[in-house]
Order: sequence, then C-alpha cells, then structure tokens
Amino acid sequence: MSLLRVDGLCKEFGGVHAIADLGFAIHPGTIHSIIGPNGAGKTTLFNLITGVYTPSAGRIWFDGVDVTGRRPSDLAARGMSRTFQNLQVFFNMTALENVMVGAHLHLDRGFLAALLGLPRIRRADAALGDEAARLMRFVGLDDFIGASADAMPYGALKRLEIARALAARPKMLLLDEPAAGLNPTESREIDNVIHKVAEQGVTVVLVEHDMRMVMEISDHVLVLDYGRKLTEGRPAEVREDPEVIAAYLGGQG
Amino acid sequence: MRFLLRPKTGGLAILAAVIALLPLVLDNAFHFEIAITIGFNAIVCVGLNLLIGYAGQISLGHAAFVGLGAYGAGVLTASHGWDPLAAVGAASIGTGLLAFVVARPILRLQGHYLAMATLGLGIIIAIVLNIEDQITGGPDGMLVPPFSAFGWEPSDERQWYWLVGGFLWISVWLALNLIGSPVGRALRAVHGSEVAAEVVGVDTTHYKVLIFTVSAVLASLVGSLSAFYGMFITPNIASFFNSIEFVVMVVLGGMASTFGAVVGAAILTLLPQALTVLEDYEHLIFGLILMGVMIFMPRGLLPTLAGLRWRRRR
Repeated sequence: MSLLRVDGLCKEFGGVHAIADLGFAIHPGTIHSIIGPNGAGKTTLFNLITGVYTPSAGRIWFDGVDVTGRRPSDLAARGMSRTFQNLQVFFNMTALENVMVGAHLHLDRGFLAALLGLPRIRRADAALGDEAARLMRFVGLDDFIGASADAMPYGALKRLEIARALAARPKMLLLDEPAAGLNPTESREIDNVIHKVAEQGVTVVLVEHDMRMVMEISDHVLVLDYGRKLTEGRPAEVREDPEVIAAYLGGQG
Repeated sequence: MRFLLRPKTGGLAILAAVIALLPLVLDNAFHFEIAITIGFNAIVCVGLNLLIGYAGQISLGHAAFVGLGAYGAGVLTASHGWDPLAAVGAASIGTGLLAFVVARPILRLQGHYLAMATLGLGIIIAIVLNIEDQITGGPDGMLVPPFSAFGWEPSDERQWYWLVGGFLWISVWLALNLIGSPVGRALRAVHGSEVAAEVVGVDTTHYKVLIFTVSAVLASLVGSLSAFYGMFITPNIASFFNSIEFVVMVVLGGMASTFGAVVGAAILTLLPQALTVLEDYEHLIFGLILMGVMIFMPRGLLPTLAGLRWRRRR
C-alpha cells in the first residue's frame, strides 16, 4: 500500500495552473525525488501535500486517510514533516531550541502544568534537550549545539531544518532542495544524512536540482513540467527519456 | 549562590529582594501609591509581553481589558452587592471569555491589520463604558466599595503594596515557567516562523488564542484590583492612550524579556513623576527619551544592558 497517494490534483493561482491533474503514489521506505525545470510546480506540490496550500481540485491520501485540505499541524500529527527551500528557521531561538520545537507533538503540552513549572515538564525538557543534541550531531551540526540560530551559516541552517523535521519523528520527510547553495562537500554530507534517514525506515521525498544527488540516491523519480507529470520511473529510465531531456535542454532532445 | 547567576532563579530572587526592601525607602503614602501603580502596570506588561514579545502578536487594546476588569468588579460589588473576591473572579472569567471569542477572528489577521482590529476592539469597549451610564456611571465614573478577601481588608497603602507586590512576583514566576516550557517554545516558534511552526505540529491558531486570552485575563485581574484600590473608576482606564502606554512599556523594557517588561513599566510610571520638575518641557523630554532608547537600544533596555555585560565578561 502506498504511504502517499495523489489523484487529480490541481492548483490554480489566478488562472495559472501551477499544478494540473497530477496523480502519483509514493511507497513507504523509498527515496522519491521530484524534479523538473524552474517553475515546474515542485514547491507548489510540496505546499499542497503538506497542507500549506489548499488544492483547487483533487484529493490527497496520506497513510490511508483522505487528508485533502487538512492543516499542516494536523498532517504533522499524522507523521508528515518537511523542510523549506527558503529557510524557515526560528531565528529568535537557539539552534537546540529549534530542534526541540520539532518534537512539540511528543511532549506534554498541558497549559497548567507549564504555568506551574511542574518537575515532570522540566525533566521531559532535559531529556528532550539530549535527544535534540543527538539529532544535531546526526545531521553533522556538532559544532552548533550551543549556537544561536541567527549566528549560523546558510549550510548549517539547511541541516538544522532537517534535524528539526526529524525531531517530529515523521513517517514521511519532505526535503525541499536540501542541497541548494551548498558546496560539493556539504552536498555529499546531505546525501549521507538522507541515506541514514531512509535506512531508519522514513520515506523521503526530495525536490532537488542537483542531478548527481537525485540520480545517486533516489529509488524513484517523478518529473514535472508546467505542473503536469512528464514521466516517472527509476532514475536510469528517467535519465534516458527523450521528453525529459527535451524539457531540460529546451530543444528537440 | 550559583542559582543567582541563572537568569530565571536569579531574576526572581532579585525581584523578591526589590519588592521586600523597597518599603524601606518609601516614606509616605504617595510613594507607596506610585510603587503600587508600577506593580499594576508591570503585571499587565508581563502578560502583554507574552503576547507581543514572545508570540509576536500586537495588541493596541489591552487597556480595554483592564477597564472591563475594573468595571466588572466595580458594578458587581457596588450595584449588585457581590463579594469582592467573587466579583474579581467573575470579571476575569467574563473578560477571558470575551477575549477568547474575539481572538479567533482577530488573530487571523497579521501585522497592521491585527493592530487595527485590537485598536478597534479597545475603542468599542471604551465607548460602551462611556455611554452605558446607567450601569457604569458614564464619563463621571463610579465609586467602588473597599476590597476584602476572607474577612481581611487591606486598610492602608502598605498592605496594598504587599498584595500587589506578591501578585507581581507570582505573575513573573508563572510567565517564566510558561516561557521555559513546550508551550513557551511553541509561542516563540509562532513568532519566528508561523509556517514552520505549523509543519512541526504547532497549532498556531490555538496558541495565539490561548496567549491572547491569558494576557487579557491578567489585565482584567489588574483592572479589578486597581478599582478596589482607587475606590473610584472612570472610563479613562480603558482609553486608547493607556493601551499605547502598555505597548511602549513592553517595547522600551525589552521585548521577549519578562523582567524587561517590569523594568519598562517601572520607568514609564516613574518618568512622568521625575519630569514634573521640568514643568512645560515634561512631554518633550519624555518623547526624546523614548526616541533615544528606541534608536540606540532597539532591542529594549534590559536585553541591551544584559548583552553589554555578557560581552564584557567574555
């Protein structure tokens, strides 16, 4: 059974079809890449899947439940987590606190207990701090555990978002251009992190421009062009597809 | 003594010491009255700072909640013969319910629109207090009977001082607990990035409504107590100017700093007193000081000063 299924999905922005009649399925435990030229609708698709946008038409099923039009916080509670292409870091907090917010759903969120500062809240927070530090080391942020988020470089912030998303213990992790703006070394480190995440059984969905990364790590690739599905399949198949080559090179292929 | 170096316990200890030792330098009833006013303003600011400084939502109508607390308690005791403590409770529950009901539509707005909506709410409440003169006495104000709780009646300024001082300390303690908890992190996350907070599972609407309601209830409690303390209230208590003053106190003291809110309230309550010697120039100097602080210390007084000290120690 598929973890995510999308059927007849459409999103219009004032008459422009950012996504048009799109359907596909994602199987659990795979690394799934979504590629396409600039403006193909990749990020729009991410925003639709994670509930940031509401579809104009079509349905989305996650983990067997119709989640069309649900709020992002509701989807997060069902096991969906994501990062952003344009950083969405909590710059008013420390790096560690950013990751701790990621675990929000797994904490005692009782208002009265929080107001009275009950010992169990403090104990849970101390344990969470250790867990968050572990996640930061997992994504290679050992040097930034004590840092304030607004003092971190771009590449580190990209990884901080991954750590925060992982703190939510997702079933499915959506990464929007995790390697954008990173140098080749950093990019390879992200490869490693994605592999390690997938090994733990988390389904990874990736939007990425770095073709080396896409072809190396994906089990399945979906190619979008002008909001429609151009093709999908295993990386080797997609790479040879004349339509894909045409879309990327803008010529006859 | 290590605990004094931690911001939370150290700050609470210093606040307790200041509250406990201040009466030694207050020589007359007038001094006590100023200290009590500082306490009242500081409590409102501690609540408002949770909303503005931590959750990043503006309110230009918080004086209206103070007004509702004052008139709720005043009308219920003076006209309906309620027990003062019950009247305080009923007024705060009523204000909380009102805040809860209006919060959802209001807090869907952001930035300037949110500011306008809270401003409008505050002005409507102030107008209602003014024109419903059969209940509130209108612009002439109304008399409020003395306060009593469990047979105890604060008889002089000194006793009111301890009551308000204790209330302030408890408010600060509760606010610090909240900020250091998962709830507080969620609030700051809403401030940092609403969309990022949503996708990790923070129900941003819930937290905005929650903290708006909490800060309104705190303002209402202050309103009720200050009505009993002054024994006379006018609709002026809910005025737009007072709402702005609360916001300025929070911003001046330092947003996202609970002790900053207390310092801001103290300075803005004291400054007009200190400047009365300058007579005609009072408002001019007052404005210049505010502008100076905002230009040279945009993060507010306390966070800037704390930052300086920290840098020097390194």
